[in-house]
Amino acid sequence: MIDVVLDIVSWILILSGAFFVVTGAIGLVRLPDVYTRMHGAGVVDTLGAGLFLAGLMVQGGLTLITVKLGLIVVLLFFTSPTSSYALANALRSQGVKALATGEDDADDKKGEDSSSTPS
Amino acid sequence: MMFVAGTAGLVVAIMLGLARALMGPTLYDRVLAVNSIGTMTVLMIAVLGFLMGRPEFMDIALLYALINFIGTVAVLKFFRYGDMSRPGGRDIDGEGATGD
Repeated sequence: MIDVVLDIVSWILILSGAFFVVTGAIGLVRLPDVYTRMHGAGVVDTLGAGLFLAGLMVQGGLTLITVKLGLIVVLLFFTSPTSSYALANALRSQGVKALATGEDDADDKKGEDSSSTPS
Repeated sequence: MMFVAGTAGLVVAIMLGLARALMGPTLYDRVLAVNSIGTMTVLMIAVLGFLMGRPEFMDIALLYALINFIGTVAVLKFFRYGDMSRPGGRDIDGEGATGD
């Protein structure tokens, strides 16, 4: 009985994790800018990895495997914002402009900004 | 069976990330795609450990997460400063206008 419940919970968690991973990967391909692609990578890093590893933890039970999976979760949740920050800092220091910021003068792309609304 | 479904989703996602890494217009697109592929690879090693019945693969997944982070930061530092031994800190342009 409890095995069936744990299997169903694990199915739901792993399938939703896979859904968010695929969604983030589609965003990584389809989004128009480096800064917006970082949003897709963030979906993969937080929701996708979190739900996926939570499903594996449910499947692992109260063993050492669950402890190691928890270590992976903690490590990803510390390193993924750090690498995202390093990438955004490198982008900003290299002078890469975002598509629609509102803080820049938007002097370099006037023609294609008509569809997107700058905040 | 749930591990097979998760593995299939991860394979599709890694293919999409590989497409972005191959056709990325700038260097930073490729760095971002490689970082994302690394995260997906950590998940894939973990789920393959369950799929093959050898959950000792979690050690490899943990190590791969560490290497992925260190590799991303090292590549970014190398392409920003052109030198791995340069100390970090503020920008090399000397303008002082990058950080706020």
